[in-house]
Amino acid sequence: MNSEVFIEVFRDPWLLEWRSSLLLVSMGWLVAIACGWLGVMLLLRRIAMMGDTLSHSLLPGLVIAFLITGSRATWVMWIGALVAAGVTIVLIELIQRYSRIKADAAMGVVFSFMFALGVILITLFSRQIDLDADCVLYGELLYLMVEPGVHWMGVTLPPAAWLRMVVIAALVIVFILSLYKELLASAFDNDWAGSAGLPNRFTHHTLMAILSLTIVSAFEAVGAILVVAMLVFPGATALLHCRRLPLVLAATSFHSLVISLAGFHLSIWLNVSMAAAMATVAMLWMISIWSGQKIKSKKKDNLTCAT
Amino acid sequence: MSLLGDALSHAVLPGVALGFLWNMNKDPWTLFAGAVLAGLFGTWVVGLLTRRTVLKEDGALALVLSGFYGLGVVLLGVIYLIPGARAAGLQNYMFGQAAALSHQDVWLMAVVASLILVVLALFYKELLLNGFDSNYARSLGIPAAILEKLIWLLLAFAVVSALQSVGVVLVSAMLIAPAAAAYLLTKRFHIMLLLAALIGMFTAWSGSLISYVGSSLPTGPFMVMCAGLVFVVALFAAPQDGIISRWRMARNRQLDSRRENLLRAIYLLWEHYGEGTENFSVDDLERRSSLKVPQLRRQLRAFARSRLIDWPSEDQQTFSLTAAGWREARLIVRKHRLWETYLQQAARFPDDHVHADAEIMEHFLDETELQRLERRLGYPKVDPHGRSIPEVHPNLS
Repeated sequence: MNSEVFIEVFRDPWLLEWRSSLLLVSMGWLVAIACGWLGVMLLLRRIAMMGDTLSHSLLPGLVIAFLITGSRATWVMWIGALVAAGVTIVLIELIQRYSRIKADAAMGVVFSFMFALGVILITLFSRQIDLDADCVLYGELLYLMVEPGVHWMGVTLPPAAWLRMVVIAALVIVFILSLYKELLASAFDNDWAGSAGLPNRFTHHTLMAILSLTIVSAFEAVGAILVVAMLVFPGATALLHCRRLPLVLAATSFHSLVISLAGFHLSIWLNVSMAAAMATVAMLWMISIWSGQKIKSKKKDNLTCAT
Repeated sequence: MSLLGDALSHAVLPGVALGFLWNMNKDPWTLFAGAVLAGLFGTWVVGLLTRRTVLKEDGALALVLSGFYGLGVVLLGVIYLIPGARAAGLQNYMFGQAAALSHQDVWLMAVVASLILVVLALFYKELLLNGFDSNYARSLGIPAAILEKLIWLLLAFAVVSALQSVGVVLVSAMLIAPAAAAYLLTKRFHIMLLLAALIGMFTAWSGSLISYVGSSLPTGPFMVMCAGLVFVVALFAAPQDGIISRWRMARNRQLDSRRENLLRAIYLLWEHYGEGTENFSVDDLERRSSLKVPQLRRQLRAFARSRLIDWPSEDQQTFSLTAAGWREARLIVRKHRLWETYLQQAARFPDDHVHADAEIMEHFLDETELQRLERRLGYPKVDPHGRSIPEVHPNLS
């Protein structure tokens, strides 16, 4: 490799103004950490596809909230998302309780129905709405660079989207740490947790509520489909090499950092969407951790055979 | 595995990008081949992750769905930057352009559909068996692994050919909703297949009708809505498993129980009065029955209509049992007391624990079970509480 290519590939992405780089990388990290910690819980409960289901089902909630209030303020979107998530969860639970349909098929029926409803509402009221499906589907982190900072008490803070993500990440971490025992017990043995008097339904529904808030806040950054990548990749990578939950959560945070750093690098180098770059890097990172583990365990096998 | 279609339809995106890179144009055949290959590869990765890691099916599906999709978006982003590449609109491959459907697309869809029908017809028995119990199928020498790969291939064909015309969310909806509705409506596999196809046709027809009538309405989402409505109708109105018929069954059972409980209450009143009593006071019955007064009166009117009791007018304070009424009342008490005896003698229940269970079982014992119970217990005369078990003579009715 000649030195010009080396410089172009490895140095140039970091020649942006340092504040922008820091903003983007930290935003990526916040999204990945908030999603990643929740994702660990989803993976342990075997409902990882709930991320995909909710991220599609929230659309009509957002549209209706916008149509009623005429604003795209954070709290309006959060209420819309919470209501839509509530309707989705209730519908899925009703279908499961009153028929032979399994959970995954129920999820498939409900989320496609909700998403279609959202698209129809957008088409019907397209004159009032500047909320197009593309923006929900793709999302773009790089907009953060042009968004003005928030002025508060004479200090210029980072943009509102970044601050929102800080709140969400803090919310997720506080939630998981404070309901740690309940989440752990019900993930491994729901019936036992119930019989031990732990509030299973409350735990599950709070998890879903916080998941929907996280998804809706991550929408404009990473989009509806790639938020699923942020939900599952850090946690799944951590679960490959850790057994104990505190370690899994710590490793998830570390993998999130790797993903946001390398994702930022790839997106600037190739000039592509940072969310997609983060998802791609997350996949490559998981593959390398996994193969590293395979090689290690193979060596160990050989050693045990030799002795 | 219902969400495999959802994961697969997102996972084809990098295949589309690679198909384009193959010869740098939007030749539908290379795009199709690339997409199918990516879909198959994604399905294989889902299997690999489930078998070889701690991750379960849901995690594997979510990883493949989002990881492949992200890779696809990156590849498309790179393609757009290649000077001279006529790649505009490639990202729409996955979101459907029903208006831009060409004859070629329709032909492709027809070919894929007939291929699926032929395979279903040829391997009907094997697929059915494999779906229920793949271990048993394997033990009979059915190549379950090959069959599974065949299904994957067909699924990838179906998903990719549908993607271009209807878009990614609609594909997952059409894969699941008609099948789920058919699954609710029948338990027989061939009828299920037929129903799923009919429901699919109906939703396509009604969806396009709505979008044709209302101007500039999108076809796909309305198809999904129609499929969702059919599913809801099936959920409520399915002949055996529907919410309505289950509710009616529960309601009938409740009414039967109420009827039998009241007859038993009349018999107990008779025992309380002492043998030889003919007339029962409505007030006494009201005091001893757990039913509310209007319900009790309604039930008594029903008894009078079906000639179980003699109750000439509602103002009259007493009524008497007819021969048929006596028989029914003795029968239900006999069931109750025989079951109590059985629990105490055969299952060694303590005397004071048998009543609650008999309260339930008396409504479910049928003629044959009753006869076997009598024989097993040696035609007992008294129950554990020392009360006599009434005999029921068939000639009385």
